[in-house]
Amino acid sequence: MTILGWLMMIVSVGSVIALTVFCLYRVFTLPPEEVADLDVAPLRIDTKDTQDPD
Amino acid sequence: MAEQPKKEAWGSRLGVILAVAGSAVGLGNFLRFPGLAAQHGGGAFMIPYFVAFLLLGIPLGWAEWTMGRYGGLRGFNSAPGIYSTIWRHPLAKYLGGIGLLTPLIICMYYIVIEAWCLGYAWYYLTGELILENGTPEKYNAFFDKFIGSNEDGSLLRSGGLLSFLGLTFVANFFLLYRGLSKGIEEFCKWAMPIMAICAVFVLVRVLTLGTPDPAKPEQNLMNGLGFMWNPDFSKLADFDTWLVAAGQIFFTLGVGFGIIINYSSYLKRKDDVVLSSLTASAVNEFFEVCLGGLITIPAAFMFLGMLQDNQYGTFSLGFKTLPNVFAAMPAGRLFGCLWFVMLFLAAITSSLSMLQPVIAFFEEGLGLKRHASVALLGFFTAIGSALVVYFSKGMLALDALDFWGGTMLLFVLATIQALLYGWVLGIERGERAAHEGAHMRIPHFVQFMLKYVSPAFLLIVFAGTMITKKPDDWKTLASAPAARISFGFICLVLLLLLTLIHIAGRRWQAAGKLSETAPEKDGAK
Repeated sequence: MTILGWLMMIVSVGSVIALTVFCLYRVFTLPPEEVADLDVAPLRIDTKDTQDPD
Repeated sequence: MAEQPKKEAWGSRLGVILAVAGSAVGLGNFLRFPGLAAQHGGGAFMIPYFVAFLLLGIPLGWAEWTMGRYGGLRGFNSAPGIYSTIWRHPLAKYLGGIGLLTPLIICMYYIVIEAWCLGYAWYYLTGELILENGTPEKYNAFFDKFIGSNEDGSLLRSGGLLSFLGLTFVANFFLLYRGLSKGIEEFCKWAMPIMAICAVFVLVRVLTLGTPDPAKPEQNLMNGLGFMWNPDFSKLADFDTWLVAAGQIFFTLGVGFGIIINYSSYLKRKDDVVLSSLTASAVNEFFEVCLGGLITIPAAFMFLGMLQDNQYGTFSLGFKTLPNVFAAMPAGRLFGCLWFVMLFLAAITSSLSMLQPVIAFFEEGLGLKRHASVALLGFFTAIGSALVVYFSKGMLALDALDFWGGTMLLFVLATIQALLYGWVLGIERGERAAHEGAHMRIPHFVQFMLKYVSPAFLLIVFAGTMITKKPDDWKTLASAPAARISFGFICLVLLLLLTLIHIAGRRWQAAGKLSETAPEKDGAK
């Protein structure tokens, strides 16, 4: 492994880890989703069997 | 047009990010990327790779997420409907047919590859893949027999792969039937961390191997890493290196698969698309560069030494070369099992995402209920997979579907979407739409890149890929019966989809959902 090899590996892996950590940190520190938002998520399987397609 | 009431929605912010990242992370991250990097300059390959990532991958991802939510807010979740909200022209919905055809065709053979991974994981668990006096030839023969590469129709007699294929089908369509939130999202929330844990276990094992064979001191960890990462900057003068790097970025991020546009259509107006898109891309890159880049090639080098040209291919590296590595590695059976479980999870999160766009179309376009949609799609997919399974000799059908679906259609669809965003939706409207609910801002110059650079670059990469394809490959595609049948099959599926889209268009117009001549009102409720 040459010095340039170490450099390329550390820069590549390091920058990807930094980007991933930055993004995940931003996502996890966002304000919690409002309860009303969660209400639109299906609480059980919706097979649409009770709906008339037309 | 007013927003339509929707039943399907993502359950959480993290859920959609993991689902999109799961869709992007696949076999290519662990097998295709390391092979390409080692062949095209090692560490030097990362320069064109990151250039393509920053200038094309991330911007096109933002564009696709934005268009998906734009269409979703106007009541559509499938490409034909979403394209119609962006380009108010009767032809738009037919153009959306490519957005259904591409993931469907890719999924037909991808599910078969997924079954290979499941089969290999099982054979490691039972110990059948630790062959006695195993030589590379024996592992090659095992793989060829397992996938029926020696003779068309041989899998119908041996049946080994068919049981794994059956299980894979059941798993995919059961999760699809469960729905977006309870099926795909819930599964990805479990599968992605498990994948990461499996990969980290294998990574730690590889990085602690030292010099596995004292009789071959040069085959050690440092030289293995060097084989992957030592840069050969002369390769940067080769146009092919830039072409391959850009192609890998499109392939790995799932841009142009027609998946992101469908997944993001289930987002709400105040949901973020900018940070979510970037996070999904970053997670995918973590699996590719930090895990794939440190495991596969260094491990192969430590046990096998310098690899031959024919050992770098995705399937060759994954299913022929690495089993030799696991056979020689202490606790290789355990690590082989973990590795193929991880590949299976990576594959299934991707195949699920390829099926969902068509399910969405069947439901909203044809008014089918979920069980009917899943059954119909299962039938279509099974026909395509059966084609791959029957014409297994030399993997000709798989290669043909991969070329037409996984390369040609991918570029066509990515170009269509880049043009739709930059020239039809417009970068001003696109920028406004992207920033609704956004938790970070897209630099303004990215919009100009999306309008001018991305479509041009896509066309250059597409043309370059076609030109650099070997004449023998073209000859095989044109003359081999299995390849011709596969091409005919794709045409038939396209014809069927266009017919269904025509019917869906009439239904949408009758229901007042689609007003192709109405002026666009900038902003659904």
